Amino acid sequence: MTETLAQLSNNAMYSATVVYALAMLSHMAEWAMARTLPAVVTTSRSRAALVSAGRTTAPPENGRNAGVNEPNRRTVVGSVAAAPAEVERSDRFGRIGLSLTVLALLLHAVGVVTRGIAAERVPWGSMYEFSITSTLAVSSAYLFLVRRYKIRWLGLLVTGFLVMVLGLAVIVLYRPVGPLVPALHSYWLAIHVSAAAIAGGALTVGALASVLYLVRSAMETRALATPDKPRTGFLWRTPTAADIDRLSYRVHAFAFPLWTFAVLAGAIWAEYAWGRYWGWDPKEVWAFITWVVYAAYLHARATAGWQGRAAAYVALFGYATFIFNFVGINLFGSGLHAYSGM
Amino acid sequence: MALRPSSDTRELDRDERDEASSGLDRPEGHVDARPYPAGSSSGGEVSALRPREFARWLWRQLTSMRTALILLFLLAVAAIPGSLIPQERVDPSAVFLWQQKHPKLTPSFERFGMFSVFSSVWFSAIYLLLMLSLLGCIIPRLRVYARAVKQRPPRAPRHLSRLPAYDTWATDESVPVVADRARHLLSAQRRRLEVFGAAEPGDEREPRELVLSAEKGYLREAGNLLFHVAVVVVLVGVAATGLFGFKGSAAVIAGQGFSNTLIQYDDFTPGTRFDVSDLAPFSFTVDDFDVRWEREGAGRGTPVNFAAHLTVTDEPGATSYDYNLRVNHPLEVGGASVYLVGHGYAPRVTVRDGEGKVAFSGPAVFLPQDASFVSFGVIKVPGDTSTQLGFEGYFFPTAALCKGQPCSTFPDADNPVLSLIAYQGDLGLDDGQPQSVYVLDKSRMQPFKTPGGNPRALLLAEGETVKLGHGAGSITFDGYDRWVKLQINKAPGKVVPLVGVLAAIVGLLGSLFVRPRRTWVRIRRDTGRTVVEVAALDRVSGGDPAAHVAEVGEALRPAMTAGPGEHTRQEESP
Repeated sequence: MTETLAQLSNNAMYSATVVYALAMLSHMAEWAMARTLPAVVTTSRSRAALVSAGRTTAPPENGRNAGVNEPNRRTVVGSVAAAPAEVERSDRFGRIGLSLTVLALLLHAVGVVTRGIAAERVPWGSMYEFSITSTLAVSSAYLFLVRRYKIRWLGLLVTGFLVMVLGLAVIVLYRPVGPLVPALHSYWLAIHVSAAAIAGGALTVGALASVLYLVRSAMETRALATPDKPRTGFLWRTPTAADIDRLSYRVHAFAFPLWTFAVLAGAIWAEYAWGRYWGWDPKEVWAFITWVVYAAYLHARATAGWQGRAAAYVALFGYATFIFNFVGINLFGSGLHAYSGM
Repeated sequence: MALRPSSDTRELDRDERDEASSGLDRPEGHVDARPYPAGSSSGGEVSALRPREFARWLWRQLTSMRTALILLFLLAVAAIPGSLIPQERVDPSAVFLWQQKHPKLTPSFERFGMFSVFSSVWFSAIYLLLMLSLLGCIIPRLRVYARAVKQRPPRAPRHLSRLPAYDTWATDESVPVVADRARHLLSAQRRRLEVFGAAEPGDEREPRELVLSAEKGYLREAGNLLFHVAVVVVLVGVAATGLFGFKGSAAVIAGQGFSNTLIQYDDFTPGTRFDVSDLAPFSFTVDDFDVRWEREGAGRGTPVNFAAHLTVTDEPGATSYDYNLRVNHPLEVGGASVYLVGHGYAPRVTVRDGEGKVAFSGPAVFLPQDASFVSFGVIKVPGDTSTQLGFEGYFFPTAALCKGQPCSTFPDADNPVLSLIAYQGDLGLDDGQPQSVYVLDKSRMQPFKTPGGNPRALLLAEGETVKLGHGAGSITFDGYDRWVKLQINKAPGKVVPLVGVLAAIVGLLGSLFVRPRRTWVRIRRDTGRTVVEVAALDRVSGGDPAAHVAEVGEALRPAMTAGPGEHTRQEESP
């Protein structure tokens, strides 16, 4: 029974990876077909758009960003509408990509759940298992945000990320179902690691949004200098930099307390298991660094001269420290958190 | 951090446009927004300031958000070496090995405290400055917040249309009718409400203009303050609990006992306010230690379970009880906690002198070197100073040859082999210097050699005896015991940081998810109709005041009036 389930889990993970790859290809086609399409201002704030349909609402940008968006708005007014067929073609591939992502998420979830049942415990006892669980969080967070804020424009980056990480997981990190080391025999494993996985999922989406924000805001700045250059392509059809920034902030604001909780739950567990809240184990050091950098990100957003691009770079730096903690410390480091099974 | 809502949007009338944008740019209106006295901003003139002003300037710099931000970055960067270079407090033996490998770097690294980063001067300096910066901003903010909580929502700015979210329409309803609806709506949304322009009691005339000011989200700043105070509580709490307690560890061989006195500890670090005579008089014996490793499959060699069976006595004369000590299941006794943090092998040997008399007999604790439990250790046999014996070498629980070198292929003791080099001479036990039981001082000892002149390795399987030669006697490998490494802590008041942690999370949630928002509804008669204006201003970014204004507008419009208005701004439709 255990064998069968473990095998089922492996097959589901392989399939999920392949379907994510197909979704990624579909999003690539979406981008490619939008190459000649003119800019639009879509908004991710669907609720606002619905409620205020037809009425007003002043532009949401604050003073700082308004200048950046000004020419953009003019573009919209002045631009010729794209041929509906061409828009539809690009859009169709986007929708296919989204459907495939949903399908892949289901397979992914089956893979994670059956792995847990086969091992008779939570499915995050090794590096492989943490990878598949935290990517499930990435994928779920993305699809939730697609429903809530219409962020399908992030599809290519998200599916690309998922294919890369899951590919590495099933090829390099894979370990068969095994028992937990005694140090992990605690209900705190469920609390501490799941919080870290979900926070990691949200931080990933936040980081990808920050990347897109940096690209888009650079485009908008450049467009100010060359107002006559035609604005075409997928990236001109995403929401404005200010909108992406807002989304990125929301995701980070969700992830940060969760990361705080994961770190603090870890500290409480450490007190229980090792007799101290905090011992500067390498994993703890980097969890602390990540926390401090994201704290700096939240403060940067409220500091003159640090908003916008600077804050986005801080967020990406924070994400880099998170990834280093997961990859670098697991593979090359030592210390008390050596559970990777590598 | 150093957000100081002193120059905040309360004086909105002065210049709506300016304030509206600054309310968004600097959500919590912080110190950078404060105009400095002329001259203090340019560095050259700082020295010309009087000491008092200079101190004020310095203080303001320290408590500014930008300084806090820089300190946060410094803290992150300063922590990095602590994870890359072995740390004295985390793994002293790794520090020792590192220093052996890098003799040139060691002196300068030592000078900069690289082996104890987290207690080094520079690391402490950063976090103490950060704490100071934090306190310097929290305390004034607490006062400001206490005042702000009591204040009523402010008057509306003159030009509502300049606010970031705005809606307007005309209707034939009377001013009080719309105002009533607005009042119900805004109070139902639990907003603090103030009505300006209401008629005096007894005045029967219908008011020409009513303005409703509503405000919501006072808890954001409360959460923010709670979070920052809680951080201080956690840090101070962790530091304070260390003062009144102690931390120690001891390796106890299965079958042996431990009583809670200083001499039984291998290492012991009391807090500065801890009196060693306060050690609780508990004791226990480690009756047995069970350990099991995975034998099959890919996880072969990973530990499955380990547990030490203790018989515990709270104080002399008390009835004893059994306790099954495992990782994640510490023993609480006499106000202290006992943790199982490691284990290993203690080979039992008997050493006989040249005349066949037993000179040493018993287990010696060997330290595991890796996951296969190859263990390193030392056996010291005191006697006459010139003929003392010392042994140094490895214990292989499941001995095998890997590429010609002895190794262990499994952590459990399936084929235990002891590989030792014997030394004779002066162990150096009598020169008054305390010695580690894990290190053999070979400076005054000579190894027993092979005929070829190399130090002779003694290989012993369980039960075997080897003669040392030269009439020096023999050593017998009798078997092995297991030992457990126990950590014993006392940290009174460790619940304080725990409470701090919970408060920090609650505060953090409040400070991130509560959105302070001001809403204004102005209703006035204008050329025979009633003009209604709705505007909102968020005091933090990330919210959606436009949606809120749209919602309010939706609810206030009578069902059939104005279609998509001519009065509305339409700058952002796709």
